[in-house]
Amino acid sequence: MQTDYTVETSVVEGNPSFKQIDELIGAPLETLPNRNFLIAISITASMLLTGAIALGFSLYYGIGMWGNNNPVGWGFDIVNFVFWVGIGHAGTLISAILFLFRQKWRTGIARFAEGMTIFAVMTAGLFPALHTGRPWLDHYLIPHPNDHSLWVNFTSPLLWDVFAVSTYFIVSAIFWYVGLIPDFANLRDRTKNKIKKIVYTITSFGWRGSNRHWQNYEMVYLILAGFATPLVLSVHTIVSFDFAVSIIPGWHTTIFPPYFVAGAVFSGFAMVQNCLILLRKVFHYEHIITLDTLEKMNKIIIVTGSMVGYAYAMEFFIAWYSGNSAEAFTFVNRAFGDYAWAYWIMVSCNVIFPQLFWIKKLRRSIPVMLVIGILVNVGMWFERFVITVTSLSRDFLPSSWAYYKPTLVDGGLLIGSFGLFFTLLLIFTKTMPVVSIAEIKAVLPGAQPTHHKAESNNGK
Amino acid sequence: MENKKLHSVVGLFSTPDSIIHAAEKTIEKGYKHYDINTPYPVHGMDSAMKLKPSTMGYFALAFGLTGTAVALSFMYWVFNIAYPLNIGGKPNFPLPALIPITFELTVLFAAIGTVLSLLFVFFKMPDNSNPLHDTDYIKHCTSDMFGLCIEAEDKLFSEAEVKDFLAGLGATNIESIYYPKINTLPIFTKNFIIFLLCSAIVVSGAVYFVTNKLMFMTPYNWMLNQDRINAQAPSDFFKDGFGMRDAVEGTVPRDFIPEEFKASPDSAGTFLINPLEMTDAVLAKGEAKFKTFCSPCHGNYAKGDSRLRGLFPNPPTLHSKKVRNWPDGRIYHVITFGQNVMPSYAKQLSRDERWAVINYVRSLQRAFNPKEEDFNESK
Repeated sequence: MQTDYTVETSVVEGNPSFKQIDELIGAPLETLPNRNFLIAISITASMLLTGAIALGFSLYYGIGMWGNNNPVGWGFDIVNFVFWVGIGHAGTLISAILFLFRQKWRTGIARFAEGMTIFAVMTAGLFPALHTGRPWLDHYLIPHPNDHSLWVNFTSPLLWDVFAVSTYFIVSAIFWYVGLIPDFANLRDRTKNKIKKIVYTITSFGWRGSNRHWQNYEMVYLILAGFATPLVLSVHTIVSFDFAVSIIPGWHTTIFPPYFVAGAVFSGFAMVQNCLILLRKVFHYEHIITLDTLEKMNKIIIVTGSMVGYAYAMEFFIAWYSGNSAEAFTFVNRAFGDYAWAYWIMVSCNVIFPQLFWIKKLRRSIPVMLVIGILVNVGMWFERFVITVTSLSRDFLPSSWAYYKPTLVDGGLLIGSFGLFFTLLLIFTKTMPVVSIAEIKAVLPGAQPTHHKAESNNGK
Repeated sequence: MENKKLHSVVGLFSTPDSIIHAAEKTIEKGYKHYDINTPYPVHGMDSAMKLKPSTMGYFALAFGLTGTAVALSFMYWVFNIAYPLNIGGKPNFPLPALIPITFELTVLFAAIGTVLSLLFVFFKMPDNSNPLHDTDYIKHCTSDMFGLCIEAEDKLFSEAEVKDFLAGLGATNIESIYYPKINTLPIFTKNFIIFLLCSAIVVSGAVYFVTNKLMFMTPYNWMLNQDRINAQAPSDFFKDGFGMRDAVEGTVPRDFIPEEFKASPDSAGTFLINPLEMTDAVLAKGEAKFKTFCSPCHGNYAKGDSRLRGLFPNPPTLHSKKVRNWPDGRIYHVITFGQNVMPSYAKQLSRDERWAVINYVRSLQRAFNPKEEDFNESK
């Protein structure tokens, strides 16, 4: 088949009109939840309730209810934290980094991915807050004047984490909201419901689509993307510093920041891809979130998955090449020690299965990518488990070695974190446009002037 | 309709090409107060409208640099002025370790500052008072069409002419937009003032109740309530019922030299010499120790008038001739080893303290049995 590469193919299939786009994206907000939605939310809410019960135990009896023991002070709590923060990274990558690279295919998925970022960071934030053991004293994490003259230690990676994650959450939320304003204006002018009208009038701030506003708006959107890009890289870098700045063998490596960032994007893309497959099916967005888009996401999954695989190999190489016996022991122990089962789950899910995406047929097959996406997330969860637990359970002092076993409460919190994330996501799909109406219109065929002159100043 | 004030005349266009063309023509015609309303940013519109480049970038820069400065100076203040801490002997302004937080605050300040100034300063939002709101015009402009709005403020504005102009450009749905009739209410009516007063009382009462009663928390006093035994308090834990414990039998401090002359008080009187001078400091120390340990039985002035009112047999006065003639070493022996009912005070008083007490007792004796020369001196 002859392909004309001089013409950019549209990211939206079927050439819908502006009105059709409005109706399609507005439909979930204007209809009552159907049976499937209610089933889905009852499942996620039950998971959330499980988590709430586990949380109640953790608060009432204290975190002694968890499996953490003496050498393994970081258990499921930190594993879940790193996992969920990582999930969030795909959203910012799609909305900010791909925006800077002018990747138009991001348009259909950016809003949803940003929403996932926010919910993932909210879920992640719970775990370190509980991990402190006395969550009611967590306000001391934020420097504020107090009658003990206590300030925080600004040179601690754990405090960098507090600043990184909270900044990440705030900036993501702002970025998301700025993108929503024109859509709220659209909904405001479409709705017939009086209460919705009031709500959308408030949330849209009186947006009128004035080009004098659009000009500054686009500039700010670009600036925010420019800030969010180094920010998202910094967040998982700083999360990796929590490990890398310590002296535990297996943690104290300089490869951690890029390795963590690649892993975060890897698992985040798998999660976004999974959710989008369901979303496009349920809300009939197949021509907005096209198979081409999913294929492009799968390509990113191969790239980042291969980077993660390279990092695994490099860790082993350095363990041997450095001649450091503690380091060498740690890695042999990872692959063949008590936690070898977790290690091999991680390697097979993260390194082996994603490589199937090299085959175009598999890359474009919805069931295959769904399964591989789930496997990638299982693998990435185990990666954090392997990093955190194996190194701690075999630290420098053999007399204190111990095997970490999670308790039921740990499991309840893990289930609850998924419950929280998916419940928020489901509520999001029924309350806000999950695809950016304004942005998708701008990339429709024929949406831009045919002979516009070269731009003299800012903007696209 | 005549009593309403005209805001603008608007027209709708259906393709991006036609709105770009309309914008260019509007500029050519010389209108200044006009606007283009589109459902999404149309490429090339900024240059068609001849808009100046957006200045938001400078705001971002200024806010970002503010964040950097605030972060660095705050951390400097905390580590060097407010509470200087020595962390592993490292410098108090370890710049590389402060970079992550400086970076995060730079981004945070820049993002928040830029967006807030965009929305609330540049766009003057939230603003729902614009007459365009809730018109058919804006409903199309946020959805499926492109609008051109020429405002009545413009110097060249004339309603009929603008309508012709829009029709000439091929616009549809041309209409005039009027300012909505605003019902002004007088503010300072009696009812309103009463309402203000009532709400002030309710709000302040509620705030007082919530903050001082409902949410009142006792200050943390976890360290005051400790499970410990106070001095002199009894305890069931030990067989003898005392809470206070002596050192284990045979315990001696380092550099300990045993007391001599245990069995021979007279030798003590002969060979031990008071090493302390009769100075104010020594007497003050001796007085304090005497009042604490000696006066309960011997009385405040050592007259043998016990303050224990007969609970113990009264000890003898220390002003007797016998005691006055004893050498210091003999009294030291009594304090150190006890005598009759009196126990040893070696645990309570260090050696120097015993000598200081002896000096104080000597001064008491001199006060009650003065010598001739004492009277002469006072003259």
